[in-house]
Amino acid sequence: MKLTTELQAILDGEKGEVLSKVAKTLVKYGEIFGAEEMVPVTSKYNHLVTSFGLKALGPVYELMDQLIESGNLSTQQFSCDPRPLDKNVPSNFLLDFIFKNFMYSRQDFYEGQLTKLGLKDKNAFTCACYMDEVGNKPEKGDILSWAESSAVVYANSVLGARCNRNSGIIDLMGSVLGYVPKFGLLTDEGRKATWVVEIKTTKKPEAQLLGSAIGMKVMEEVSYIKGLDKWLGTELDDAACTYLKDFGAATASNGAVGLYHIDNLTPEAVESGVALIAEGAKTYVIDDAELERVYREYPVIWKNKDAKPKLCFMGCPHMSLEQLKSWTDKVEAGLKATGKSKVVIPTVFTAAPGVLEAFNKTEYAARLKATGVITSYICPLMYMNNPLAGKMPVITSSNKLRTYTTARYYTDDEILLQITGGAK
Amino acid sequence: MKQFKGRVISPGKIKAEALVSHGGLNTLASFQKALQFGDKKATCGDQNNPDLYGKQMVGKALCLPQTIGSTTGGLVLYCACSMKRQPACLLFSKPIDSLAAAGAVLADVWLDDVTMPVIDSLGDEFLNYVKDGMQISVEDDGIITVE
Repeated sequence: MKLTTELQAILDGEKGEVLSKVAKTLVKYGEIFGAEEMVPVTSKYNHLVTSFGLKALGPVYELMDQLIESGNLSTQQFSCDPRPLDKNVPSNFLLDFIFKNFMYSRQDFYEGQLTKLGLKDKNAFTCACYMDEVGNKPEKGDILSWAESSAVVYANSVLGARCNRNSGIIDLMGSVLGYVPKFGLLTDEGRKATWVVEIKTTKKPEAQLLGSAIGMKVMEEVSYIKGLDKWLGTELDDAACTYLKDFGAATASNGAVGLYHIDNLTPEAVESGVALIAEGAKTYVIDDAELERVYREYPVIWKNKDAKPKLCFMGCPHMSLEQLKSWTDKVEAGLKATGKSKVVIPTVFTAAPGVLEAFNKTEYAARLKATGVITSYICPLMYMNNPLAGKMPVITSSNKLRTYTTARYYTDDEILLQITGGAK
Repeated sequence: MKQFKGRVISPGKIKAEALVSHGGLNTLASFQKALQFGDKKATCGDQNNPDLYGKQMVGKALCLPQTIGSTTGGLVLYCACSMKRQPACLLFSKPIDSLAAAGAVLADVWLDDVTMPVIDSLGDEFLNYVKDGMQISVEDDGIITVE
């Protein structure tokens, strides 16, 4: 890799051993993928994937201490994935004991480290950092050093920023050094689509199901999606952005997608159209039957497949303000139809602290509360990621949560029926 | 006996028994329990991986296509190495993914006393040929002998 004089000096140790190691890490990482140069990180803020003080990650905290003690802090302030704990979320004594004493016993310590390194503010904990209410929304063309998979795919696809699908710690190192290796999705060539996906459904496809189907088919490759603008329109309004947030998270978790283009909708597709399709691209046609096939093939890993759900999580990734409002309407209508006053399964809607704050200022907040739905800033994945919660029959319409935990997936309509007591 | 040639990501010479995953290795799901609850054998905790679930990963030549799952994967692999709960080596049939690459590089740069050779691009034939329990020798130049 060709390095500037400044970066070569850092690599050679002129600014200390720790920063030299940071540079060496990023250079080696880039060389594996054929990077020929390092490029400056240009976004205003970074975003880190590791938000949890998991006891098992001791070596990570030691590494972060090395950065802090040597004065090599982040050159950008950053937001961070959601916190793993929130007392609003239904729990029990044993679960609380495990969370606080075994799993997340380093939470306070770790948040202290994040603050020293450059945490944006005490509420900057969400996977959907690009929401207006959170304020970490990169500009088109910005170079990022992010790692959270759902945020990376959103930033690349919907915002037109440029970021690889990095790992945790690499994200932080990029903003400590201020440079990242240029390869993959940072290059024009790497942003070309090697798959064309044709949507031929008879109704608007479920975002989480469509994303899952495409993710499992294309894995880490870039797709150019035709026919979705028929259902989403050609404007990136709140509804379209919310759809693409959930769709993208499913592509990234069910596969390893970092970028997709939607014909006539996402910025690069609007700008360059089918010129983004690489020569020899493969084709994947999605119709109603294909989505049904994908859905029916999800394994149910509950021990008792007929168990009555004990909890419902919505919001992985975190819900938008638009989603909280529309789901308030849906839950109210669902309860009215079943003649019930409260949801029949404990239900948690998760969103960024800033989004919840904005939601709480609207008249919808009291209405949602009256239905019995709980709102929280928690990370449902982190809540589920332990042996006790893993045994609970939890339902969700998040394909990411389904993929990484024992939670069982249902479509939005099915979830609504279940929580409002309308399911047979 | 058969030999395969791959690309060296982290060099090293080692002999170990093969442990094969035909699906992607979900690093977080596979290692979390072992790191959390002090399992020195690093028993794979990923229920979605029938090839590896319940098997000891420490000291094995882990043969796999790529890693999958959470983008915390690289730091989890780094932690496994730091806590001496890593496989003897990682042998990828496909080009290495960015998460595994991050873990390999972090271990190589930041840990002084850990050797975990990592070889990628060994090809589909490698993963079709190798079976659990076979003896694997890894050379510095990326040549793998399976017997």
